[in-house]
Amino acid sequence: MEEKFAYVEGAEQPISMHPKKFALWLFIVSVVMIFASLTSAYIVRQAEGNWLEFELPSIFWYTSIIIVLSSVTLHVAYQAAKKDDFQKLKGGMFLTVLLGLVFLVCQWYSWVALVDRDVYFVGNPAGSFLYVFTGLHAIHLISGVIFLIIVLISSFRYKVHSKNMNAMEMCVTYWHFLGGLWLYLFMFLLLNH
Amino acid sequence: MATAHTATHSATGHDHHDHEHHDNFITKYIFTTDHKMIGKQFLVTGMFWAIIGGLLSLIFRLQLGFPDMKLEWLRPVLGGWITPDGALDPEFYLALVTMHGTIMVFFVLTAGLSGTFSNFLIPLQIGARDMASGFMNMLSYWLFFVSSVIMFISLFIETGPASGGWVVYPPLSALEQAMPGSGLGMTLWLVAMTFFIASSLLGGINYITTVINLRTKGMSFSRLPLTIWAFFLTAIIGLLSFPVLFSAALLLVFDRSFGTSFYLSDIYIGGEALPNTGGSPVLYQHLFWFLGHPEVYIVLLPALGITSEIIATNSRKPIFGYKAMIISMLGITILSFVVWAHHMFVSGMNPFLGSIFMFLTLIIAIPSAVKVFNYLTTLWRGNLVFTPGMLFSIGLVSFFISGGLTGIFLGNSAIDIQLHDTYFVVAHFHLVMGSASFFGMVAGIYHWFPKMFGRMMDARLGYVHFWLTFIGVYMVFFPMHYIGIAGFPRRYYSWTGFEFSNMYTDLNMFVSAAAIITFAAQFIFLFNFFYSMFRGRVASLNPWRSNTLEWTTPLHPGHGNWPGEIPAVYRWPYDYSKPGAKEDFIPQTVPLSATPESNLPHEQELVKLEKEIIADEETDLVANESKES
Repeated sequence: MEEKFAYVEGAEQPISMHPKKFALWLFIVSVVMIFASLTSAYIVRQAEGNWLEFELPSIFWYTSIIIVLSSVTLHVAYQAAKKDDFQKLKGGMFLTVLLGLVFLVCQWYSWVALVDRDVYFVGNPAGSFLYVFTGLHAIHLISGVIFLIIVLISSFRYKVHSKNMNAMEMCVTYWHFLGGLWLYLFMFLLLNH
Repeated sequence: MATAHTATHSATGHDHHDHEHHDNFITKYIFTTDHKMIGKQFLVTGMFWAIIGGLLSLIFRLQLGFPDMKLEWLRPVLGGWITPDGALDPEFYLALVTMHGTIMVFFVLTAGLSGTFSNFLIPLQIGARDMASGFMNMLSYWLFFVSSVIMFISLFIETGPASGGWVVYPPLSALEQAMPGSGLGMTLWLVAMTFFIASSLLGGINYITTVINLRTKGMSFSRLPLTIWAFFLTAIIGLLSFPVLFSAALLLVFDRSFGTSFYLSDIYIGGEALPNTGGSPVLYQHLFWFLGHPEVYIVLLPALGITSEIIATNSRKPIFGYKAMIISMLGITILSFVVWAHHMFVSGMNPFLGSIFMFLTLIIAIPSAVKVFNYLTTLWRGNLVFTPGMLFSIGLVSFFISGGLTGIFLGNSAIDIQLHDTYFVVAHFHLVMGSASFFGMVAGIYHWFPKMFGRMMDARLGYVHFWLTFIGVYMVFFPMHYIGIAGFPRRYYSWTGFEFSNMYTDLNMFVSAAAIITFAAQFIFLFNFFYSMFRGRVASLNPWRSNTLEWTTPLHPGHGNWPGEIPAVYRWPYDYSKPGAKEDFIPQTVPLSATPESNLPHEQELVKLEKEIIADEETDLVANESKES
């Protein structure tokens, strides 16, 4: 039956994606727009001068490594789920959640580091922007960690397996996106601070 | 169950229609996930806001038209906002202007228009059981409701609602000391708008997902009704622009409540310098107008889509230039994101940049003109049926032309510097965006009322409503062009105090009187709407003899829309008065093989392909039935 429709729909219905996955992509688009607008605002404001120059906290290098690692562990978990390797799946998911939490804690310490060098949320917009970027990203990351935990719990209940990958796939998409978003923000700051 | 094979395209609720649904009052009318009911919820809430927004404008029109009038009689409603000597409080005047703009742009013409018709029509016209996510759809309405409640409450607080204009430019909106409305009223405005943005995004994500993923068999993009194209593109614009408004509002919240300086710099109040340095108020303008300009098209495109459908149906002619319509809407969608700074020609931005934005702005005239000509050529020599919906659609075209022409003036930075923030601008956008979209919305209500409530609205009352409103709108907004060219600035409480602007009082009086009559005429519509809902003539299944899928549903479609199979689609939606056809319309569900007498040569070729599809479908049906039994 599927094959017969493939003929009809091949011509008539070119795109047919899982609606929820598609909606997730659209949500990601809206998040991209938020950060695109904020980083553009940063550039526009910076061009006007009166801009506080300061060193970025070196902890950002570590958090970037952590977020990349978490994407790696999540990918391992994802591959394990596809092969129904539950032990590896649970381990991978657990590590990812852990790394996500460590990332959040380290981001908090980046704020401590900023305060140590007298860069406050209230003050020159150069610093305020940094707090807004990291803070807003952290809020999205918390939502990602919650999503991870939900998938972690269902993987402990053996509800994530090769025949039921929707939630897992959406979680993977979202988490990789959040990791990529952080790398973008960090590189943006490296180039433009 | 014979519908099992539809599961491939209808992910949600495909089995709802088989068994009796025992909805109680709450799940049917309040926390419903049925797209049709959610559409009606948006409609009724939008109508409520339209009345409030209209009333606010009448109050400030009284002040503008009759500056010396004693407004004592409004004291029972406005209380302290009427000064002891019976005049309107100047601070409250600013609040009225601000709230009128906010309410009309966002709550009526975004949520009321897009929310109503995207929800109601998308599943019905593409052949889907419901939206991609009924729950998200419900959430979208209830976030809008929360937003409405907060905005409504802000009208009644002691310091008054937000008063810095609907664009809420800082520093006026960022400093509580600036004006009373910048206190709690502004905070509530920002909170309400945050909920509104969330609601719009949820709705928009749902519309896009539904249009792309849940079309019925045969409903390719080149067979979509133009309404759906318009709603689809509107949702894309919203998805890309509302997050930017969120960013702008977020930074404004930080400036207001946390003491940051994104938009504030070097401000002295009472000789004392504020601690904020290094901010840029123009930054806010850039961020705001990056939403603000696309917002114009969020408001307008759905109305244009509705009009395309109604004009084609009631001209009994195919829409002229279907592809050109789509391409011009795509063009408008893309261009809407690169013209925002034409709102900022006087903000002190680089004049060279101004020229670029002027150039891009004027390009929009091309797709807009294409659309206008296509409407006119569709009407040209058609068998016009003047239903109320048709009249309002023609009214829209009229406003789109007369208001669009002044857009060419305003898009030129040199002329805009003279006309900026005068009543010329007010006249321009009230015609091209306000009235045109409002007419599109009303046309849509008249046209789809039979599908919404299974009854007809009274046509004679509709004609009275149309002529009063149509003439009234021109009476209100046409004189404003002259007032604006004479240099009258907008948002001023009173002009009589200045030498350069103490004339034209009679013209302002005329405008105010016309505004009151036009507003009063809307009650004819409201009566018609609610009376017809219960007492109107029962509608036939396809009262306008239209081609689109929604008219193939039962009179009162249940949750799931079609009791049996979702119909497949074999042709585009504009086969009206096709030469050789028996009737002057051929619904989308009629296969080409059933109409050999009217097929064009290339369609005759398609018949072979179609026969294979139908044969396939029948074998599937048989297979399914034998599987189930």
